[in-house]
Amino acid sequence: MSTAKQSEPSEIELLLPWYAAGTLDPHESQQVEAALAADPELASRYEWVRAELAQETLVSEAAGEPSARDVKTLFAKIDALPARKSRSSIDLGGRIAEFLASLSPRTLAWSATAAALAIVLQAGFLAGIVLKERSAGGYETASAPANVSGEGSYVLLRFQPQASAADVANFLETNKLSIVSGPSTGGLYRVRVAPTKLAKADLTRIVNTLQDNKVVGFIAVTE
Amino acid sequence: MPTTSDEVLIARIAKGERLAMEELYGRYRVPVYRFALRMVRNPTVAEDLNSDVFLDVWRQAGTFEGRSAVSTWLFSIARFKALNALQRRPMEELDDEKAGAIEDQADDPETALAKKDKAAVLRACLLKLSAEHREIVNLVYYQHKSVEDVAGIVGIPEATVKTRMFYARKKLSELLTEQGIERGWP
Repeated sequence: MSTAKQSEPSEIELLLPWYAAGTLDPHESQQVEAALAADPELASRYEWVRAELAQETLVSEAAGEPSARDVKTLFAKIDALPARKSRSSIDLGGRIAEFLASLSPRTLAWSATAAALAIVLQAGFLAGIVLKERSAGGYETASAPANVSGEGSYVLLRFQPQASAADVANFLETNKLSIVSGPSTGGLYRVRVAPTKLAKADLTRIVNTLQDNKVVGFIAVTE
Repeated sequence: MPTTSDEVLIARIAKGERLAMEELYGRYRVPVYRFALRMVRNPTVAEDLNSDVFLDVWRQAGTFEGRSAVSTWLFSIARFKALNALQRRPMEELDDEKAGAIEDQADDPETALAKKDKAAVLRACLLKLSAEHREIVNLVYYQHKSVEDVAGIVGIPEATVKTRMFYARKKLSELLTEQGIERGWP
């Protein structure tokens, strides 16, 4: 890597954070992938980008949620405003027409993407449930999985948007993982990687192995 | 079950439907709050900002023209309010003790380094970035906003979004270097 290049980051290097977050379009993603494959130094820098994303995620998740005071304050303020005419009597035909009219091409594209993602993640979730049943040798419900917060070792994990249902299912099965909750903000799932509490070094080793899998967009140890 | 789009919820809010407001609030209360908290670093202020953002949505839904995604609109309102709050309380923003509410899971950089935990050092350094850099880092890494989305939220050209993120990372690198972690460029 030349000094000149170091002082002026390439377009590909500028895109690394969005590549790590999975928010580039397919063409840009392919360009970044090709550059990472061809340039070991760039690939090394990308590991830092992934580390930054992981730690920013942990910092943000640690921030918690707004308290009940927040919602009370909001709706108290809304109630204090002069009443607006409400169409609470439902005009269903009108609503449907309004809904269809409101769907821009961008919205439709995102709806399709969201639907595809939902299929992928649902498949992952179902695969996780199957695996839990296998590993525990007994029955667990999806709504009340056993040992969600008890013994065990867990990670926060987000799948790559482009991961297929088959890839996710295979990943979960191969690595004997089970999704215990999620997705939360940012599409994060809480995933059990072992039924017992592992030593930090062992858990880190597992995370390092899993993060190299192509279906993993983000992974970090969690309690 | 199909989910009602954000755009449809906004149209209903514009007509005074409280249920639509509750649904939109349920979808975005946590991400908007966490974004605001990363900006102002004070949970009480962040909560006030959060409710103010959604109050603005209730009041101004009729003016939403759909030129950007609803989430982009929400984050741009939150950003504007957070910047105003920082202007009103600049000294508090710089007060590390006030920032403790969201930093409680991260050691300070020196302590973390003593423990040789690079992840903890990185986390502590992320918390020490300026508001401008915290904002873009959170939008890109945590809120998963595209270059185009960030440009819409922050109100800068897309090329500037990319270079600002790069300089945020460069600053992070400098903070890491100060703690004895040399990672090279940036």
